[in-house]
Amino acid sequence: MFNRKITLVTFLFSLALLFSSNVVFAQDAAEGETLFKNNCAACHNTSDEVLVGPGLKGISERRPIDWIIKWVHNPQAVIGSGDKYANDLYTKFNKAAMTPYPNFSDDQIKGIVAYIDAANAAPAAPAAGAAPAEGAAAAPAQSSGGMMEGLLVGLLLIMVLVLVALLSIVNTLSKLASGEAQDETPLAKRIQDNIKAMAANSAIKTGVIVLILLFGGKATIDAAYGVGIHQGYAPEQPIKFSHKLHAGQYQINCNYCHTGVYSGKGANVPSANICMNCHNAIKRESPEIQKIYRAIEKDEPIQWVRVHNLPDLAYFNHSQHTNVGGLECKNCHGDIDKMEVVEQRSSLTMGWCIDCHRETDVNSKGNAYYDKLVELHNKDSKTPLKVQNIGGLECSKCHY
Amino acid sequence: MENSNKRYWKGIEELTNDPSFVKNIHNEFGNMPSENDSKGDSLVDGTGTHRRDFLKVLGFGVAAVSLAACEAPVKNTIPYLNKPEDVEPTIANWYASTFTDGGEYASVLVKTREGRPIKIEGNKLSPVSKGALSARAQASVLSLYDNEKLKGPQAGGKATDWVQLDKEFVAKLSAIAAKGGQIRIVSNTILSPTTKKVIAEFTAKYPTTQHVVYDANSAYGLSVAHGGIIPSIDFSKAKTIVSLGADFLGTWVAPTEFAGQWAETRRVGSGKDGKKEMSRHYQFETILSNTGANADYRSAYKPSQEGLVAVALYNAVAKLTGAATVAGTSVKIDHLEAAAKDLVKSKGASIVVSGSNDPQVQKIVAATNALVGAYGATINTGVAVNYRQGNDMAMSNFINEVSAGKVSAVIFYNANPVYNHPMGAKLGAALAKVELTLSTNDRADETGSLCQYNAPDSHYLESWNDAEPKTGFYSLVQPTISTIFKTRQAQDSFLTWAGNTTDYATYLERNWESTILKSGSLAWKTALHDGVFGGNATVSSASPAVNTAEAAAAISKAYSNGSDLELAVYEKVGLGTGSQANNPWLQEFPEPVSKACWDNYASISQPTATKLNLKQGDVVKVSANGTEVSLPVLVQPGQANDTVAISIGYGRAKAGKSANGVGVNAYPFITEVNGACVGACTKGVSVTSTGEEKAIAQTQTHNTVMARQAVVQETVLGEFVKNPMSGRFVPEVLTSEGKKKATDLSLWNGHDYNNHAWGMVIDLNTCTGCSACVVSCNAENNIAVVGRQEVINRREMHWMRIDRYYSSDAEVEDLKGLEVASDNPEVVFQPMLCQHCNNAPCETVCPVLATTHSSEGLNQMTYNRCIGTRYCANNCPYKVRRFNWFRYFQTDEYDFNFNNDLGRMVINPDVTVRSRGVMEKCSMCVQRIQEGKLAAKKEKRRPIDGEIEIACAQSCPTNAITFGDMNDPKSAISVLLAEEREGRAYGVIEEINVKPNISYLMKVRNKEAKKHSEA
Repeated sequence: MFNRKITLVTFLFSLALLFSSNVVFAQDAAEGETLFKNNCAACHNTSDEVLVGPGLKGISERRPIDWIIKWVHNPQAVIGSGDKYANDLYTKFNKAAMTPYPNFSDDQIKGIVAYIDAANAAPAAPAAGAAPAEGAAAAPAQSSGGMMEGLLVGLLLIMVLVLVALLSIVNTLSKLASGEAQDETPLAKRIQDNIKAMAANSAIKTGVIVLILLFGGKATIDAAYGVGIHQGYAPEQPIKFSHKLHAGQYQINCNYCHTGVYSGKGANVPSANICMNCHNAIKRESPEIQKIYRAIEKDEPIQWVRVHNLPDLAYFNHSQHTNVGGLECKNCHGDIDKMEVVEQRSSLTMGWCIDCHRETDVNSKGNAYYDKLVELHNKDSKTPLKVQNIGGLECSKCHY
Repeated sequence: MENSNKRYWKGIEELTNDPSFVKNIHNEFGNMPSENDSKGDSLVDGTGTHRRDFLKVLGFGVAAVSLAACEAPVKNTIPYLNKPEDVEPTIANWYASTFTDGGEYASVLVKTREGRPIKIEGNKLSPVSKGALSARAQASVLSLYDNEKLKGPQAGGKATDWVQLDKEFVAKLSAIAAKGGQIRIVSNTILSPTTKKVIAEFTAKYPTTQHVVYDANSAYGLSVAHGGIIPSIDFSKAKTIVSLGADFLGTWVAPTEFAGQWAETRRVGSGKDGKKEMSRHYQFETILSNTGANADYRSAYKPSQEGLVAVALYNAVAKLTGAATVAGTSVKIDHLEAAAKDLVKSKGASIVVSGSNDPQVQKIVAATNALVGAYGATINTGVAVNYRQGNDMAMSNFINEVSAGKVSAVIFYNANPVYNHPMGAKLGAALAKVELTLSTNDRADETGSLCQYNAPDSHYLESWNDAEPKTGFYSLVQPTISTIFKTRQAQDSFLTWAGNTTDYATYLERNWESTILKSGSLAWKTALHDGVFGGNATVSSASPAVNTAEAAAAISKAYSNGSDLELAVYEKVGLGTGSQANNPWLQEFPEPVSKACWDNYASISQPTATKLNLKQGDVVKVSANGTEVSLPVLVQPGQANDTVAISIGYGRAKAGKSANGVGVNAYPFITEVNGACVGACTKGVSVTSTGEEKAIAQTQTHNTVMARQAVVQETVLGEFVKNPMSGRFVPEVLTSEGKKKATDLSLWNGHDYNNHAWGMVIDLNTCTGCSACVVSCNAENNIAVVGRQEVINRREMHWMRIDRYYSSDAEVEDLKGLEVASDNPEVVFQPMLCQHCNNAPCETVCPVLATTHSSEGLNQMTYNRCIGTRYCANNCPYKVRRFNWFRYFQTDEYDFNFNNDLGRMVINPDVTVRSRGVMEKCSMCVQRIQEGKLAAKKEKRRPIDGEIEIACAQSCPTNAITFGDMNDPKSAISVLLAEEREGRAYGVIEEINVKPNISYLMKVRNKEAKKHSEA
C-alpha cells in the first residue's frame, strides 16, 4: 500500500524525484501493464466502460487488495464462500465466471492494480502510442523507390518538351532562312504538317523507338521484379473478422490471440477456442460468429486465407523481432488496428528486410547478450550498434 | 596419402592403383550415365538437352512466370480448433521416451513439432544409455512414417475392424484352449516388465499358452554360461580388453553403451596433467569388424578355430596364473601370448569377451575371466542385462513342434522368424498346419503374410510402455503422436483377449505405482518427465561355476584347424538384424568398415580372392548348409583367409519398397553348434563365380585426398607419453627469412569474431566410426536419400561422412611389407564434414556469392542464391560439398521417404529442402545455433556452454565430438583446445592453410613403440 501511495504521488507530479521507489513502481506497473494487456484486456477495460466484465476504474478503492488477490486467484472460491459483493457481481454478469489466474503472484496482481490506477490517473498513458524510434525507419526507405520513379518520369517529360521546343525552333529558323513568308495555313494544318515532317525525320524516329524500348524495358523489369510481391494483398477471409474493432477499438493486445508472437517463430493464427474466451458470451447471434460455432460443432477447422507468405527458403522468427528486438507489430504489418480487412502493407522482399537491418539500432539495452558486442563496437565507432554490425546482413541468419 | 612415417589408403583400389580408381581421381563429379538416361527422354533430368527441348522448356518457363505474375495461388492457414495448452505451433516440444526394438534399448528424447515427432536424441539422464544412440535408434523416427505398414487390422488378408477381429479371434482361441490345444506366443526379447505381466495375464486366461523368446542375433551361449543371465559389463574399468569375435562397439549385445565405456579408457590429454594411460585392446576375429578396426592389436582366425583360440587363451592365462590348463588343439595366432600376459598383468582390470554363441566357448571365456579377476570388477553378475533373453533351444523346439502339427495357435508378437530364424523356411512351410495364427507385426512381412490374422502393433512413438534394460533400471515409453493408422498397441490387444478391459496406459501406471515406484502420483509424473527411474547397481563378484575340462572336450570335438573354405555370418552396424530394413536412411548408411550400402555381399580377403580367381564385383554363388545365394564379391582387407562373410539383415521379401530384393538373406546359413545358433558354416562351403558382375555401392573412394599430406595423424602411446607432439606433422615452408610454419603465412587478413566463434574438435582416439552421427545429421538436416545407383554414381548427399583409412606400420619404402600389411591393416576413422575454413577456398570461387563467411566463423551456404556452377566443390580440399543433381523429393525415380506425404512428415521445418541444381553441405546445424542464441537473448544472457548442441555431437556415443564457442574461454572446446593446441590438435591438410574451424585430435594407439621410429 505504501508503494502505491507513493506512486500515485509521483504520477501526479509526473516525474522522478523519489527515484528509488519510483523504479520499483515503474517495474510493477510496467509488468502489470503487460500482464493486463495479455490476460485481462480481452474482458476488462481500465476505464469504467463494461466490456465482457466490469470496467476496473477505481477498483483499488472499491475493493481491498486482499480481496482482489483472492478473486483473481480463484473467483469461484470467493463466490462459493458466500461473499456478497462477489455474488452480486456474478449475478449481474449473467453468471459468467472469470477465468482464474492462480499463477499470478501477489506482487503481480498489485502491479496490475497499480497499472489500472495509473492508467486512470494519467489518461494519456505513454504505453498507448509511441512506437520506438527505430520503427519509423522503414517507412521512408519504402517510399524512396516511388520517388525515384517520379523523378525519372518528370525528367523524361521535360526532355521531350525541350526536344519539341528545339525542333519547332529549328523548323521556324529553317523556314526563315529559306525566306518563306509567314505561313497563312490554319493551325490544325500546320500541326499536321509538322507531325508529318517529324515522322519523316529519321532522328526522331530513332529517338521515339529508343524511348519506347527504354520505357518498355523498364516496365518489363519492374514487372518482373514485382513477381511474387503481393504488397497490398487483402484477400477476403472466411469470417469477416475486424482487426479495427478488436485491436483498434477494444485495444486487445496482439499477443492475446496471436499467442506465439513473443515466444515463437510464427505469431500463430488464433485457434477457435481463443475466440470463444469472449464470444461464448458476447455477440453470440452475429452471423459471422455463428460460423465459429458451426466450425466447432462440425469439428472442421476454419480455413483462413494466408496474407503474409514468406517463401520457404527464408527463415523469419517473430520472437527475435518482437521480444528481443522490441519492435512493434505495426512496424511491419502497418496500422493493423485501423484495418477492417487485413492487407499486406510491406513488400516482404529481401531488400526490404535488409534495409531495415541496415538502419535499425540493436535493442541492446539491458540485454547481457549484447554487452560485449556494444563495448567492442563503441571502441571503434561513434554510431550506435546497428543490426548489420552484428551479422544482420549475413546469409545464414535467414537462409538455412 | 603420404605422411612423415606412414602410408594410408582408402581402399584396395587405391593401394593397387586400380584403373577405375585412377580414372576417377581427377574427375570430381561422377559423369556416369544416370538411371534416367536409359529412359530416352532427358528433358527432366537436364542431361543432354536438345535444342527443341530447350525451347520447349524456355517457352513453358516464360508462360509459367507470366501466369505466376498474374495471380498468386491462395494459401490457407489452418489453426487448431481447440489448441492444446502446451502445444505452440513453431515451438518444439520434447518428450522423454524409450527406444526398444527387440533387445535394443536406448532412453531417448523425442522432438515433436506441431504434433509430429521429427528427431530422436539421447536422454542424458539415463544411467544406462547415457545419452548415446545408435544409428538405428536415430533412424527409428523415419520408421514411424513408413507408408508400407499395415493400415489397420486384417483377417485373411482383408481389412477388418478391431471389434470384429477380437470377436473372431477370442472365439477361436477359447475353443482351442477348451480342447487343450497348445498355444504359443513367439517374440523377440521383451524388455518391458509390464508387457510381461500382460502376457502372464493372457497365459492365465489360456493356460496352454507358452511364451517362446528368441533373438535374431542370439546371445544364448553367453547366457547359458552364466546360468541364464547376461551379466553387466563395464569396459570403462578395463586396462586390458580382449575380444574373441565380439563386435562390442558395433553390434554385440549393447554396442552404444559399451562404446561409451570403451572410449573412457581411450581418452588421453596432451597437457602436463593430461591422462597418459589407455586401455590396451586385442581383437581376434574372422571379419574386420567395427571393433577390430579400433583395436590396438588384431589378428584373424577362421570360424572353425574360434573355440581353439578361446581354449588357447585360457591355457596361456592359466599357465601364467598357475591354474590348471585344459587339453586343446594348438592354434597359431599372433598376439595371443601378449594378450594373455597383459590380461594377467592388469588382473582385476581385465576382461575377455567373446561374440561366439556357442555355450561351451562362452564357458571357457567365463573361466578365463575368473582367472584374471574380471568378476566383481569389469563384469558384474549382480546386475543382469536383459538385452538378449532368447532361448535358441526353445525356439528350435517350437519350430519342430509346429512342423509336427502339435501346435494349435500361434501369436507372433512383433517377431518375424520366417525371415530371421535359420529354420525360418521350415516354419513358413509348417504354419499352414496351425489352426489359428496371428501376427502383431507392423506389416504383412514374411511371417505376418502367412498368418490368418494381422493385429498390427503401433510404433513405439505411438505407444505406452516401459523397459527394464538392466535389473533395477527402469524407463518409460510414452506416445508422442496419436496412432497414424488404425493400429493398436499389442499390449492392449493381449489385455482385450485376456478379458481385461483396462487400457494399457492405465494398466502401466498402476503397475508402476504398485511394483516399481511404490509412492504417490508425483513420482509417476517425475518418472514420465525424466523417462528413467531407479538404478542402484549391486556389485557381485560371483563367477559362474565352469567345468573347464568338459567344455574344452566339447570344443575340441566341434573345432579344428581346417583348411577348407568357411563361411561367417555377421551383423552389420547399420541395418542390424533387418527389423528396420525398409528404412531408407539405414539402407543408405555406409557400413563403417566396408563403406558399402544398399546391399550385402560376400566379403573375402585379397589372397582368397586371388586363389579363387575373383575380383571385386564378381557375382558368386555361395552355397552351404543346403542354402545357395548369389551375391557380389567385396574384397575386404583384414578378413581371415579362406573365409567368406555375409551379413544378415538383407534379402527381405516383404518389408517394403526400400528393402525388398536388396541383398540376400543369410539367416539360413546360421548353424546349430552345441545347442545354439552360431553364425558360421565350417564345412561344405563352396564359392563359384557366375560370370556376372554387379557393382557394390561403396562410398569409400568417391573422394580422394590427392596425395596431400597429413590427413590423418597418429602415434603410439609410448611415444606420446614422451612427447605429445610425436606423430604430429607440422608443415613448414621455406621463406626468405628461413623456415616458417605453413599456418603462419597467409594472403588473407583473417576475420574478427566479436560475438561467437563456433568450432568443433573431433577426437580420433575415441571415434569408433559407428556412424550414428551420419544418421542424426540426415534426420536433422533433411538430407535426401538418393538410392543405390546414385551412390554408385558417386552422388550420395550425406553431409557427414566417416572416412576410413587403412594403413600399416610397415615403412613407407617397404613395398613388400605394405603388401603383407594390407592383409591385416590398421584402421583409422575420420569423420569428415565441412571444415568451416577461415580462408575458405570455396568462398573465393563462387561467382554469385552463394557461399560466404559469417561473423561467427561459419561457412554459409545459401541455396536460393546458388546457380550450381559447382566451382566450390571443385575447389574444396576436403570434398565435403554435395550437389543436387536431381530433385530428390516428389520424384518417382527417388521413391524414398521424400516421395510420399507420410514420409515427408519427418522433415525438419526449420531447414530448407534443397531442390535440383544447388550445392549443399554441413551448416554446423546453424538452425540450432540460431535457436540457442535466440533463447539466450530472450533471457537477456549469453548462451551457456553445452546449451547449443549440434546433431552429430549430440548423438555421439563416445563424446568424440566437442562443439562450442571458441570465444568463450570457459567453454569445453576452449579448455580442450588450450590443452591440445601444443599437443594432439591439428587441422586436416594444414599445409594449405585454409584455417579450418574444426580441429582433430591425433589418434594414439596403445602399441609398443617401434624400434625405428622417426618421431
